Amino acid sequence: MALCTECEAEIELDPSTEVGEIIQCPDCGLDLEVISVEPPELAPAPEEEEDWGE
Amino acid sequence: MKIGVLCSLIRKEEKLLFDAFRARGLEFIRIDDRELILDLHQRRWDFDVILERCINHSRALHTLKYFNDCGIKTVNTYEVASTCGDKLLTTLALIRDRVPTPPVLVAHTPESALQAIERLGYPVVLKPAVGSWGRLLSKINDRDAAEAILEHKETLGSYHHSIFYIQKYVEKHGRDIRSFVVGDETICAIYRTSPHWITNTARGGVATNCPVTSEVNEISVRAAKAVGGGVVAIDLFETTDGLMVNEVNYTMEFRNSIDTTGVNIPEKVVEYLIEVAKR
Repeated sequence: MALCTECEAEIELDPSTEVGEIIQCPDCGLDLEVISVEPPELAPAPEEEEDWGE
Repeated sequence: MKIGVLCSLIRKEEKLLFDAFRARGLEFIRIDDRELILDLHQRRWDFDVILERCINHSRALHTLKYFNDCGIKTVNTYEVASTCGDKLLTTLALIRDRVPTPPVLVAHTPESALQAIERLGYPVVLKPAVGSWGRLLSKINDRDAAEAILEHKETLGSYHHSIFYIQKYVEKHGRDIRSFVVGDETICAIYRTSPHWITNTARGGVATNCPVTSEVNEISVRAAKAVGGGVVAIDLFETTDGLMVNEVNYTMEFRNSIDTTGVNIPEKVVEYLIEVAKR
């Protein structure tokens, strides 16, 4: 179980979650980056940058 | 086989690619561009191939150049990333290879840009030369709008926004085509439909299957070859004069196109990667 960095909601990571993935806090909606899956750890997702894309 | 995946944030596409590697029993090493320190004097790396999946264009560009100079094969290459990452270079490559593409004028000052816009005739689309996901595109319908946008760009933008890439507006009638090229083949295509003139799925465009006709395949493969080949996604306009290439994307996103087309895109990418590694 990881905690949302904004609202401290308890978030359970799906077993297929990858480090570096962006998930959304189900309570407050904040985008969070998965820093670690074992143990689960989250950080606020980076802001979109000008050269992001495909 | 030693496979590297150059990436940072993990989108749905990277997860699907990781699954495709695992399904084949292939191991891969993630190279996080946020942690990477490039020692430019160190040239020896133990990779057979690297798949580039950076979300940042600038990081992809520099890292691919470095690895290619070290003799490491990458999908895509620095050349492809460099050409596709800059709309001016993409358009030049398409024109050089006689691939149909809408008229484009480029100017470097607001004054010359205004002249260029009026020469093309309204409406036009003003685009950042480097940019993605439909960000900061402006459809300019008249002189008042042109003057306002050019002034804003000059005042607010970085130097990138004083490279005025001006494309003749093409009436899309609510949709365009995104085709996916892997190597020498157009593996599938989708229509992107939207009531808005920007049809990117990142901006709400809805994906439906588009049959890969011989015309779609031919122009897509020609566009891919013009930018250097590999794994690319081509944006096509349907016009009364036939298909035209709008843009070519080199770190293609495909999450909305697998179920839509029935084609396992990540599997095709991994197959191609292995083929490149064995060359």
